Amino acid sequence: MKIYDANKIIPGLLILVGLFTFPFLYNIGGAAPAPKPELPKEQKTCVQSLAFMKAGHMQLLNDWRDQVVRQANRVYVGLDGKEFNPSLQNTCMECHTSKVKFCDQCHNYAGVTPYCWDCHIAPKENQ
Amino acid sequence: MMDGSRRSFLKIGGLSVLGLSGVRVWNVFAATQEAGHEAAAEAAGALQWAMVIDMKKCWDYQEKQPCTDCMTACHGIHNVPEIADPKREIKWLWTDLYQHAFPTEGHEYPPAEAKGKPFLLLCNHCSNPPCVRVCPTQATFKRPEDGVVMMDFHRCIGCRYCMAGCPYGSRSFNWQDPRPFIKELNMQFPTRTKGVVEKCNFCAERLAKNLYPACVEVCKAKALTFGNLGDPTSPVRELLKQHYTIRRKNELGTGPNVYYIV
Ligand code: HEC
Ligand code: HEC
Ligand code: HEC
Repeated sequence: MKIYDANKIIPGLLILVGLFTFPFLYNIGGAAPAPKPELPKEQKTCVQSLAFMKAGHMQLLNDWRDQVVRQANRVYVGLDGKEFNPSLQNTCMECHTSKVKFCDQCHNYAGVTPYCWDCHIAPKENQ
Repeated sequence: MMDGSRRSFLKIGGLSVLGLSGVRVWNVFAATQEAGHEAAAEAAGALQWAMVIDMKKCWDYQEKQPCTDCMTACHGIHNVPEIADPKREIKWLWTDLYQHAFPTEGHEYPPAEAKGKPFLLLCNHCSNPPCVRVCPTQATFKRPEDGVVMMDFHRCIGCRYCMAGCPYGSRSFNWQDPRPFIKELNMQFPTRTKGVVEKCNFCAERLAKNLYPACVEVCKAKALTFGNLGDPTSPVRELLKQHYTIRRKNELGTGPNVYYIV
């Protein structure tokens, strides 16, 4: 059997296979590391349980937003009946003092960019 | 036979269309009546924050030194950008001349007292706010708890119907990112962003802490009085009893809740 122009076709095929598999080969063993958000040192608990916060902090923020802006209610009763001022800037970011080392860690990993920071002012480090 | 059935089909069809549209017309009338009842209930004494402004006190104070304390305080704590271009400026609390603020008041020979004098202007937190009626997303709404005309910036899509609806020019649109125009950020309060409308919020965030609006608190001339219009013993009602007061463009039926002592 003879392949016409084998000297062109075979390198061509090799380049093609190389190009297609490059992204997979490149990432072998290099799975992006799980995010490590830096937790507050002074505080022990969040406004709700850890599991609740992990899964539902975006929903909680929406609820806070609506209760403050639309229902004129600025008291939130959280874990163990503790009361909080439902505020992104003044409550979440009081404990989680770094947006970069906390929120962004997970969000970059998950590929979400909440637009909240267009208006809500992130802690000083970000300016 | 064929002809007869077409005729009766058209008759019945026409009647049904009439009947259906009749229901719609009836609904519209029913709705207007209900709205009237609501307004009446509201007037009966529920909490409605209001402000009485005594401009004479302000002018007298300014004979000695010019003063912009109220505007500086308001714009400072709410991160209102300072943009000079009048087509792009953002204002929550500002001044304009008598003849501009009260174009329908009186005649062309106003008293020397008022003519050419600056009046302090802000959102009137109307009892019947046209901005709320026209907002397609309910981003602006009248808070039933205290009558403040609030903005939910999270819902604002920047359509600017409210700006067309407001007869007082109380609303400003962010044509650009406001942050570069804010001298000193108040870290306690959010800014706004390009593409949303904004206005005075009667200091909703301070009212929640039982504080007066910032402009009222800082006014050294004590020209601003704040209180519940629904309470006959409140300081605003006291002033309204003692003085002759006017409101901006009263005749439009918006029910402004900012009163001016003249
Ligand atoms: C009183 C301080 C405090 C406040 C206020 C607070 N947090 Fe937390 N947050 C913590 C602490 C401490 C933890 C770790 C909890 C644990 O380990 O049980 C945590 C955990 C979390 C986690 C999970 C992190 C992980 O490693 O999985 C998220 C997400 C979070 N917080 C978001 C928020 C948001 C959003 C707000 C505002 C709505 C907020 N927190 C308000 C102290 C706080
Ligand atoms: C433990 C990891 C983690 C931490 C820490 C974390 N987030 Fe998130 N957040 C996520 C994930 C994952 C999503 C996306 C969820 C989805 O798309 O269903 C998300 C989504 C959100 C959203 C919704 C965004 C959107 O576009 O729908 C908001 C708002 C938000 N986070 C706010 C915060 C804030 C504020 C902080 C810091 C105080 C924070 N998050 C910290 C994991 C985290
Ligand atoms: C267009 C500007 C803008 C954007 C974008 C925005 N906010 Fe807000 N937000 C505001 C303003 C203004 C207030 C009113 C603050 C007040 O009255 O104290 C507010 C209030 C809130 C409040 C309650 C009060 C407080 O101090 O936090 C929460 C919670 C909140 N926003 C969450 C969010 C979240 C979560 C996002 C993103 C998903 C977001 N906001 C995006 C402007 C914005």
